[in-house]
Amino acid sequence: MANKASETPDDQDIPFMQRLLDNPFILLFLGVASPTILYIVWGIIEVAQIPIAN
Amino acid sequence: MASAANFRTCPDTGLKVDRTAEALIKANAVVAVVFLAVGGLFGVLVAMTRWPAVHLLDADMFYLVLTAHGADVLLFWILFFEVAILYFASAILLNSRLATPKFAWLAFIMMVVGAVMANVAVLQGDSTVMFTSYVPMKAEPHFYLGLIIFAVGALIALFVFFATLVVAKNEKTYEGSVPLVTFGAITAAIIAVFTIASGAVILIPTWLWSMGFIANIDTLLYKIIWWGMGHSSQQINVAAHVAVWYCIAAMVLGAKPLSEKVSRTAFLLYILFLQLASAHHLLVEPGVSSEWKIFNTSYAMYLAVLGSMIHGLSVPGAIEAAQRRRGFTHGIFEWLRKAPWGNPAFSGMFMSLVMFGFLGGISGVVMGTEQINLIIHNTLYVPGHFHATVVAGTTLTFMAVTYLVVPLIFRREIILPGMAKWQPYIFGIGVAGISLFMMGAGTLGVARRHWDITFTDAIMSVEVPGTAFLMMGLNGISALLAGVGGAMYVVIVVGSVLFGKRRDEAVAKANPIIFDGGAAVANYGSEEQVKVPGTIVLVAIFFTAFVLYYFVNWKFLSEVWPLS
Ligand code: HEM
Ligand SMILES: [Cu+2]
Repeated sequence: MANKASETPDDQDIPFMQRLLDNPFILLFLGVASPTILYIVWGIIEVAQIPIAN
Repeated sequence: MASAANFRTCPDTGLKVDRTAEALIKANAVVAVVFLAVGGLFGVLVAMTRWPAVHLLDADMFYLVLTAHGADVLLFWILFFEVAILYFASAILLNSRLATPKFAWLAFIMMVVGAVMANVAVLQGDSTVMFTSYVPMKAEPHFYLGLIIFAVGALIALFVFFATLVVAKNEKTYEGSVPLVTFGAITAAIIAVFTIASGAVILIPTWLWSMGFIANIDTLLYKIIWWGMGHSSQQINVAAHVAVWYCIAAMVLGAKPLSEKVSRTAFLLYILFLQLASAHHLLVEPGVSSEWKIFNTSYAMYLAVLGSMIHGLSVPGAIEAAQRRRGFTHGIFEWLRKAPWGNPAFSGMFMSLVMFGFLGGISGVVMGTEQINLIIHNTLYVPGHFHATVVAGTTLTFMAVTYLVVPLIFRREIILPGMAKWQPYIFGIGVAGISLFMMGAGTLGVARRHWDITFTDAIMSVEVPGTAFLMMGLNGISALLAGVGGAMYVVIVVGSVLFGKRRDEAVAKANPIIFDGGAAVANYGSEEQVKVPGTIVLVAIFFTAFVLYYFVNWKFLSEVWPLS
């Protein structure tokens, strides 16, 4: 740990939230995953469960 | 690939400006204004038809024009302008070259071709399906194809934006975190990716169905996925116009956010939750459960509303702090009284903030609640609400920022400054009117998207209260006012771009328009002094109005359905 610190001096110091907010691609992943799962996929599952009329 | 970018130095800000990015911003902004002009005119025609005493268009024409109005303003005006904002927030604010300019031009051309194709389809008359194009109503194939080409173009523009972020980072054109305005633009772009993906998933099969290659599209499935696009696209607007609020406050007054962390967290709430509210468009659909509806429109949605409330405190707070820093410290509201009300960039932005919150925000939370939604579902209340969000909110904000874009990017002085000063007020008051009066008519039961509120030839007669007619008349008058305000905007913008005095270095020195060279926009940094009593009072008024209106609606619901 201690000797590695000199290679990436400040990487370790940056708080988690800041690293998250500074990474547009993780944010992109979260922003697409959230509505896809909670809105689209869940919604489609509900529609798929509607019985077909005879 | 490594295109040698060609930069100029901006005399107003000292920032390096990539000339290609600049040309693309101009192109997208110009086309946006053209669609606003066309679509706005259609809006006035629609309102003149819904004014019973005028009843301008015949029924077929009414629905045709309504379809064109929705598509031209909601999709084309706003998305072209947003692409311009994305290029500004990436290449210009980060001092970088724009990545892959050829793709950016390809995106632009595809968006133009798609938008024109969809317009042609609608105006030919066989694609009167409203911009929602619910199946099984069928439009001509080139209507869907136009929308698809437009969407793919917009997707390419998003890639250019994300690639520019990477270029700027690799070429170290900025240090640390991106500026807040860029962060807001990233939020908008992320929501846009989901929006366009949903659009593609549903419109491509619908296009194939319109040509007969697919037999059937499930109507409920269509609505779910279509609203993944239709609703989320409105959230691109919210993220973008909030970013522009911060941008205008910073440019005009040097306002910095009270807390970068808090404002960014509010944008993160948008990224995670805002798009779930798509479900509020399906609140009365049988076939999806109340769990799905309530989770997506209440529990999760309120987290996104929290984000908006944070911005609603943070933007006026930043303005108040900046004004106090400049010495307007008397009493609670001197900062507000002495704000630059004669500057259309500021006045448009501040009115937009107030109307978006009071008219759009409050009505949105009310109608997004499953139970009370029933009172106003599919009435004119709905367009009343979203003209407060997307016209008073987004459109007025974009108009306001144009008063900075024309001098800074087009390098032209604004012509007719006296008229420009009044333009946001006239448009703003008109829009407040159309929002309020449509909401009023909706509360009285007037249906949306309807040519004849009296149902003249219906078998059962319908009683419409006289006040509803009054509301529709007042709506018509407000629409004329908004139309005049919109026309003033188009005249000023087009006139300035073509005939405005060139803004060279000497003019820029003589007539500075942005505070301190825009340092507050282009850098990370929070306000130091965060005592903002005036803003706290405004927020308290807002909450009181909100709570009262919310409970009044529950009371109203109990009267609609007497349970005893
Ligand atoms: C002068 C300005 C405007 C006026 C007078 C106006 C008026 C109207 C009216 C009267 C309706 C019809 C409501 C109905 O019959 O159901 C309507 C619908 C609509 N307006 Fe506007 N509007 C204006 C500007 C805008 C702008 C700038 C936007 C978007 C940014 C917009 C978005 C829409 C949408 C999406 C609809 C719904 C269309 C549909 O139901 O398919 N409007 N507008
Ligand atoms: Cu929505």
